[in-house]
Amino acid sequence: MLRLPEFNYIQPRSLKQATKALADLGADAMLVAGGTDVYPKMKRGQFTPRHLISLRGLRELKGIRDSKEGLWIGAGESLTTVSNHRLIAKHFPALAHAAESVSTPQLRNMGTIGGNVFVDTRCNYYDQTFFWRQAVGFCMKKDGQICLVAPGSSKCLAIASSDTSPVLVSLGAEAVLVSRQGERRVKLGELYRDDGIDYSTKAKDEVLKGLLIPKEALGRRNVYLKLRRRGSFDFPILGVAATMDIDERGECRYASVVLTAVASAPKIVPEASTLLQGKKVTKELIDTVADAAAKISHPLDNADMDYWYRKRMAKVYTRRALESLAGLDSSA
Amino acid sequence: MKKKIQLTLNGKSTSIEVPNHRLLLDLLRDEIGLTGTKEGCGTGDCGACTVYLNGKPVNSCLVLSGELDGADIVTIEGLKIGPELHPVQKAFIQDGGAQCGYCTPGMLMMSKALLDENPNPTEEEIRYALSGNLCRCTGYAKIIQAVQDAAVMIRNKHVQ
Ligand SMILES: Cc1cc2nc3c(=O)[nH]c(=O)nc-3n(C[C@H](O)[C@H](O)[C@H](O)COP(=O)(O)OP(=O)(O)OC[C@H]3O[C@@H](n4cnc5c(N)ncnc54)[C@H](O)[C@@H]3O)c2cc1C
Ligand code: SF4
Ligand code: FES
Ligand code: FES
Repeated sequence: MLRLPEFNYIQPRSLKQATKALADLGADAMLVAGGTDVYPKMKRGQFTPRHLISLRGLRELKGIRDSKEGLWIGAGESLTTVSNHRLIAKHFPALAHAAESVSTPQLRNMGTIGGNVFVDTRCNYYDQTFFWRQAVGFCMKKDGQICLVAPGSSKCLAIASSDTSPVLVSLGAEAVLVSRQGERRVKLGELYRDDGIDYSTKAKDEVLKGLLIPKEALGRRNVYLKLRRRGSFDFPILGVAATMDIDERGECRYASVVLTAVASAPKIVPEASTLLQGKKVTKELIDTVADAAAKISHPLDNADMDYWYRKRMAKVYTRRALESLAGLDSSA
Repeated sequence: MKKKIQLTLNGKSTSIEVPNHRLLLDLLRDEIGLTGTKEGCGTGDCGACTVYLNGKPVNSCLVLSGELDGADIVTIEGLKIGPELHPVQKAFIQDGGAQCGYCTPGMLMMSKALLDENPNPTEEEIRYALSGNLCRCTGYAKIIQAVQDAAVMIRNKHVQ
């Protein structure tokens, strides 16, 4: 049986106490919310923090509400709450579906949206027990020197695996981060870096307080398609989030496509906006965007199913997502 | 670091001293002696360790004891209604919903949670509710059947 190693457990009573603890303890400390990514990884020796700072029970991280600026989602809300929330189901079915497609019913009662946005990147050579990794030889993401998937690579190529982040990026969500220095707001998309080890640009002493989906996203159609082997539960091996706004004449006012599990960060497909915005959406245009999505997808042999298949599916899923939003659904 | 916590465990108020990093599953099995809850994987994949925490099913292999002060916990040992087995337990026995039985406590906890909310689920809804519970023996058909039969018992008897 895998055992949880010992660590020092800190339970702050306020966000202020949490940011102070994080700043004081530095690199040896790690935040934990639902723990559904952190505890399994500690048991497998992938994470080895000396101190855990728990965000559970922090009231500042709770609440989903309509505000002047848009829809506010507290980072500490569970995935179950996010997927069932009336306003989210109504305006952002893509987000409700993405949250609902994460892990299992039990885990969604524990796992939070904040934890999901910062969930670790994944790789078949890394998501293993300590014993397995020791036997095969450690890789640079933890305890080793080289990449076992691409030995020539100078960086880790583990894949971005959050289901909700591509949707939130596609909706233009902003992240509100708090540290001892104060609060800052940044586009969520800017918080990711295409590096399997250092995959977030969030400062080490920052806590995500919540996410704000801006008002202008309210009327936009949105969808999330997830590829995985099992229907019951599995991490995405491809995820396509798309958002679109079409006026009465069938002209596209806004379009965005964001992919996950094709790189170490969620990938924006620029062609979605450059080719579709201001035009009447046709199947031909959608095909061109779908080709572009496949082109920037670089799946490797480090996740479930063949990488060439995942690359081809990036095209198919992008086409399906855009066709469904444009009402041009034929193949389904 | 040890901490004294106050719990409601299967309806009874309990006070216990635990190290913060002790997992709820280990607390239940090793310290309190309630071994009905099983450890399959320890990493959130199998659902054998499912218990209710404040009314919601969770994987007890991933819950820290240090977070449990004031919590209400129900385990498989708390499923009975007085001396009687709960309808989901009766139906699993009647239909052969268990073979080795290792997944069964988790299956029962999720089945009851589903039927509490929805006493007339479709097969699809049952499969969805049990999607986080793995069974290596039965092939699931008899488990699904047992949940359907338990639903009938509950609807007929209006047992909650
Ligand atoms: C069996 C299994 C299946 C899974 N399937 C999926 C899946 O299909 N899709 C998917 O996306 N995920 C999946 N997960 C991963 C995980 O359960 C989810 O991503 C979950 O949402 C993580 O949330 P958490 O609150 O449990 O995070 P935690 O484990 O508590 O934390 C995860 C990371 O986020 C950081 N963090 C948490 N909260 C904050 C905050 N407020 N501010 C700053 N940093 C923070 C932590 O420091 C840590 O690095 C799965 C996990 C398991 C065990
Ligand atoms: S991509 Fe390479 S370095 Fe990164 S986790 Fe996989 S094997 Fe390790
Ligand atoms: S033992 Fe907890 S999910 Fe398997
Ligand atoms: S009965 Fe053996 S695992 Fe389900």
